[in-house]
Amino acid sequence: MSTVNANLTYNYKVVRQFAIMTVVWGIVGMALGVLIAAQLVWPSLNLDLSFLHLHFGRLRPLHTNAVIFGFGGSALFATSYYVVQRTCQARLFSGGLASFTFWGWQAIIVAAAITLPLGLTTSKEYAELEWPIDIAIAVVWVVYAIVFFGTVMKRSTPHIYVANWFYGAFIITVAVLHIGNNMALPAGAFKSYSAYAGVTDAMMQWWYGHNAVGFFLTAGFLGMMYYFVPKQAERPVYSYRLSIVHFWALIATYVWAGGHHLHYSALPDWAQTAGMVMSLILLAPSWGGMINGMMTLSGAWHKLRTDPILRFLVVSLSFYGMSTFEGPMMSIKTVNALSHNTDWTIGHVHSGALGWVAMISIGAIYHLVPKLWGLKEMYSTSWINVHFWLATVGTVLYIASMWVNGIMQGLMWRAVNEDGTLTYSFVEALEASYPGYFVRFLGGVIFVVGMLLMAYNVYMTIRQKEAVAEDNAAVQAA
Amino acid sequence: MSTFWSIWISVIVLGTVFGCWWLLYATRKSQTTDTETDRTMGHSFDGIEEYDNPLPKWWFYLFLATCIFALGYLALYPGLGNYKGLLGWTSANQWEAEMADAEDKYGEIYAQFGKTPIPELAKNEDAMKIGQRLFANNCSVCHGTAARGQVGFPNLTDNDWLYGGSPEQIHTTITQGRMGNMPAKGVMPSMTNEQVNQVVNYVLSFSGREKDAEAAEAGAQVFAQACSACHGPNAKGNQAMGAPNLTDNVWLYGSTYEWIKETVMNGRQNQMPAQEGRLSDDQIQIVSAYVYSLSQD
Repeated sequence: MSTVNANLTYNYKVVRQFAIMTVVWGIVGMALGVLIAAQLVWPSLNLDLSFLHLHFGRLRPLHTNAVIFGFGGSALFATSYYVVQRTCQARLFSGGLASFTFWGWQAIIVAAAITLPLGLTTSKEYAELEWPIDIAIAVVWVVYAIVFFGTVMKRSTPHIYVANWFYGAFIITVAVLHIGNNMALPAGAFKSYSAYAGVTDAMMQWWYGHNAVGFFLTAGFLGMMYYFVPKQAERPVYSYRLSIVHFWALIATYVWAGGHHLHYSALPDWAQTAGMVMSLILLAPSWGGMINGMMTLSGAWHKLRTDPILRFLVVSLSFYGMSTFEGPMMSIKTVNALSHNTDWTIGHVHSGALGWVAMISIGAIYHLVPKLWGLKEMYSTSWINVHFWLATVGTVLYIASMWVNGIMQGLMWRAVNEDGTLTYSFVEALEASYPGYFVRFLGGVIFVVGMLLMAYNVYMTIRQKEAVAEDNAAVQAA
Repeated sequence: MSTFWSIWISVIVLGTVFGCWWLLYATRKSQTTDTETDRTMGHSFDGIEEYDNPLPKWWFYLFLATCIFALGYLALYPGLGNYKGLLGWTSANQWEAEMADAEDKYGEIYAQFGKTPIPELAKNEDAMKIGQRLFANNCSVCHGTAARGQVGFPNLTDNDWLYGGSPEQIHTTITQGRMGNMPAKGVMPSMTNEQVNQVVNYVLSFSGREKDAEAAEAGAQVFAQACSACHGPNAKGNQAMGAPNLTDNVWLYGSTYEWIKETVMNGRQNQMPAQEGRLSDDQIQIVSAYVYSLSQD
């Protein structure tokens, strides 16, 4: 522990609130994922009630919004508010504004849960919410930026820690992406038309869409990684120099990558090419983060044997390294010609979403909860270990089944007879995908079981001690 | 695009790649050691320190290699604004080349059947195998793999035709497509709800299924005014405009009172897309013969 100001207290209330909602939205969003996975195996689960349409088309955006913005968003708010305070040795800039971001963000997720099943959607992927909710997101996000950067400004450390670079880049860029992509002309309270037309609209959408991955689900979580990995391993970060290069290279090239979603489309060739080469260059900056996390463990590898929280963090980095290798490969035009529109893409997204984003968040929350409630450790460490194995097995089943499905679909779709006609109809490829859909469903169930175990573990931990007067830094365990 | 935008794009694309390059070398230049070190940067954040380790060599060269690849790719392919690339590749000419290859490879297979008259072709087993595959690829999404259709998409096996079942008529339908349009309430926008009920009962009476005989009788008058212009005075339809025969108990949309009422109230729009340009003339000849063969047993 370096210099601790005995009079300094941190605002843990908002961190506690977001930490709990991370678990809640995690379970809701992932359970929805399991439901829609089941709908693909057993189509009769697509319930079409007269007043409500609970079929795949309406629930899929709800799943993505709940896991990305509900689960991932809450994890980012919780950890960024915690990390920025502790690494800047400063209390949050404004407790009132921080509280506003909590209630505002929760209201937005609830609004998504109401409007999406009703079919109110802009039809833009990961940006489905209609304009009144978009405005609310923009307001909450600007307040988030004020709280975060306000805290950085009043820091009592001479430098800004690398985790905060990543959180900062994530906050600024997401604001730009969200506002840029959602420019629209309202046509009633819950209907709007995009400000962009045709291929421009598609390019704006994937500029946003890929950076929902690049900044929301990567830069933000790298910020998380840079605090919780060295903290949990109790080792210094491997290389300060590496963090500088990979930070600037990552944020400079990620914004270019969206074009690779539109290969072989009406998007002009130059934009497709730029999207592809920048995606390839992204490999090294992405791996820079993985190396810096992994190598931080050198000299502490033995801790993996006894510490399941560290195991969550390290395995998340392995999945991060794997999916950031896979991504640049899939952005190559010839590979993309096979993989595009197949389940391979869905597998790729989930190796990032489950393996990287969810696992590092889970590790971070297990690290946080005892500290936030002034306890030494979680209620049950062995349950964390069980959760670790459930999460790993669930993720592997999910990814592997989607690889098999995706490559099979790609090959079946392009197979031709000797007269040049297609060998397989679309339905035949769909039929062949059923076993993979079932394995994916199974993987999802296993992952959600782990989350339920986590919820119970967190509940039991909190119950051990009501959080009272824990907000004094002097007694806060580091 | 204008010269300004072309230059703008080239500058920011190359600027990003060379920026990465510069960043890589600038950072390496300030390295104090080539090997791993225990020295830290001297800061500590909440107890976290950072080592002053050098960039891993293999990673440094990996990064460099992707930058070099990017520059090579940008020289060969279109990426820098209006610059065409040394290979002259475009996604459009790749597609054209693949289509030309396919024509070279498969064109002859179709050409051998392209000039044969449709009735004769329909009896040729080899041609019909190809026809079935063409149908499965191009038609079955709407008409079904067995060509029995579904609501809104006609059954092609029942020898009941909207636009005619002669070889020439089928060929025209496939080549040029068809636009079906039944206006709401026919040509009588002032039709009252009572009159709708009457005309629906009248239409049901053709197949002996009217619910209300009195209304059906009154419906004849409404039919003559609103419907007969297209469906004919005897409701036998008119293939020249694709107006279905209403007396044969074959239904493109549903046949119940509720379905027919909806059709009358709201009208129907239907489209069969033109295949000209999507399929070659020879392929259209073969698939026409296949569709013709479905009702020839």
